[in-house]
Amino acid sequence: MGERTVVLGVIGADVHAVGLRILDYVLRNAGFDVVNIGVLSSQEDFIKAAIEAGARAILVSSLYGHAELDCRGFKEKLKEAGLENIILYIGGNLGVGQKDWSEVEKKFKDLGFHRVYPPKTSPEEVIRDLKKDLGLE
Amino acid sequence: MKALIFDIGSTFTKGVAYDLDKGEIIGKAKYPSTVNEDVNIGLSKVIDEIKAQTGYDIRDFEIKRATSSAAGGLKIVAIGLVPDLTAEAAKKAALSAGGKVLKVYSYELTKTDLEEISSLKPDIIILSGGTDGGNRYYPLINAKKLSTLPLNIPFIYAGNKDLRDEIEKIFKESNKEIYITENVMPEYGVINIDKVQELIREIFLRNIIHAKGLDKVKEIIEGIVMPTPLAVLKSLEVFADIYGESLLVDVGGATTDVCSVAEGAPTQAGVVWKGLKDPRVKRSVEGDLGVRVSALSLLEVVDEKELKRFLDTSRINPKEKAYFLTKNTGFIPKDNEDLYFDAVLAYFAVKISVERHVGHIEVVYTPMGTLYFQYGKDLREVKNLLFTGGPLIYNPHKKMIIKGAVYSKDEPFVLKPVSPEIFIDKEYILFSIGVISEIDKEKAKELIYRYVEKMGDYYGFEEQKMGS
Repeated sequence: MGERTVVLGVIGADVHAVGLRILDYVLRNAGFDVVNIGVLSSQEDFIKAAIEAGARAILVSSLYGHAELDCRGFKEKLKEAGLENIILYIGGNLGVGQKDWSEVEKKFKDLGFHRVYPPKTSPEEVIRDLKKDLGLE
Repeated sequence: MKALIFDIGSTFTKGVAYDLDKGEIIGKAKYPSTVNEDVNIGLSKVIDEIKAQTGYDIRDFEIKRATSSAAGGLKIVAIGLVPDLTAEAAKKAALSAGGKVLKVYSYELTKTDLEEISSLKPDIIILSGGTDGGNRYYPLINAKKLSTLPLNIPFIYAGNKDLRDEIEKIFKESNKEIYITENVMPEYGVINIDKVQELIREIFLRNIIHAKGLDKVKEIIEGIVMPTPLAVLKSLEVFADIYGESLLVDVGGATTDVCSVAEGAPTQAGVVWKGLKDPRVKRSVEGDLGVRVSALSLLEVVDEKELKRFLDTSRINPKEKAYFLTKNTGFIPKDNEDLYFDAVLAYFAVKISVERHVGHIEVVYTPMGTLYFQYGKDLREVKNLLFTGGPLIYNPHKKMIIKGAVYSKDEPFVLKPVSPEIFIDKEYILFSIGVISEIDKEKAKELIYRYVEKMGDYYGFEEQKMGS
């Protein structure tokens, strides 16, 4: 156990729960131990859950357009908490009004995310990446 | 059936005698405790006094049990991982078992922490950390470090279940007494303290009473059955069975205890409940808030401006008076000035302790508008407020003291009861009712119904009771 533990949640003042439910469901079916901290989660909520659960990855979801604001300083806090090696993903509606995805992707990679997913990404793609990044296959 | 229930406290040994068939108190006595010499001296004095009052010898009582808070109470050190998760859960478990939490530690224990733990001389150490299947590093390293302590006391492991075998081995190899139980936080955000509580009580009965030399009471009575705070908590559970969700405040000389039996879910639409949930039966203790031993430490946390609203500080020096009380812990106020000062102290002790027990709402301004986060229990709808403790029971300025436990518009986000009915344990017998509740719950209910006085609605309280 612990090998396949991931923390999942919606960051900031965002209450969009549907995507999170779907991810929770498919990740569990794929054999992951999911700690779903729900909507309206702060950076600290993610960090505390990851420490107690001994998680190897944090998957952040955001749909309401303020992800960039919500994620600033997250990587720094993770380092501070001794989680500098944790795998960090983000997905959702990340660049409101921005047409060029590569710009959005770069922005979030600069914020410390290993993978950045646009809307309409299939969950299978995330599972594939996660297994690869965690060395499970 | 007759019952004689004792409380062996650190200052007094008390006894309450009941005729349970009639459901009434037949005698009451107290005598200064003699724990340092022989616990049985105080006990015998109380028994003699009860005999003088009732004509019954100790052999006439079918039930003779005691609770104890003697020899410093049940002293517990709680260790967890993240401060407001497993460390908090371990602390809550210890408190709800009637323990006195000396200190809470989180993350990896340092050399200084270990030295401090040794010098605190706890009766039990609870180690937690990690959800089931979660963090392994911290519970393991802390177990290794704790196993080197020069303490011959029971340890409880209530952390990540995956480490149970390893941790048991670590302690056993160092010849430490180790008890393994369910995780206090098996999943993120889920508190699970019932099993730890039961275990703490078992250890209390099996080891602690003996270690403190209190098992000598068995020469005279059946034995000590639980720590006093647990007995009081149990009496509140019975009380809540009769009246519904309740809050109890016990103001003392050294500490102020607050217990609640309530779910505490948000009562207002649109409020999001965050953080680790409190157990339905919750106890908290403010070790530095009281009206005698802790009078000075209480004043330290009281806002000076607020104090001036109650006291003419140009005439009275509160620090001086409080200092006097810390040195004269047996002081019983007689004239109105002293009674009033006691009531002011009790008011602040109640106000701050209840504030720390109940939940609060945090307002967060976000791009999506204003959000309300609730941490802890919302007790605004709780209709029953029960008071005990000498400083309140024997003080005429009750309304002022009680006010500290009631919701105030000045602090709208502190979720205290808004319009509770007030009850007072005027006979000072809650501990004994807690003991009786384990023998016959219906009898315990009868006694509460009969002896815990209903003072009426808080807002009508003054007119009805203060004038008389």
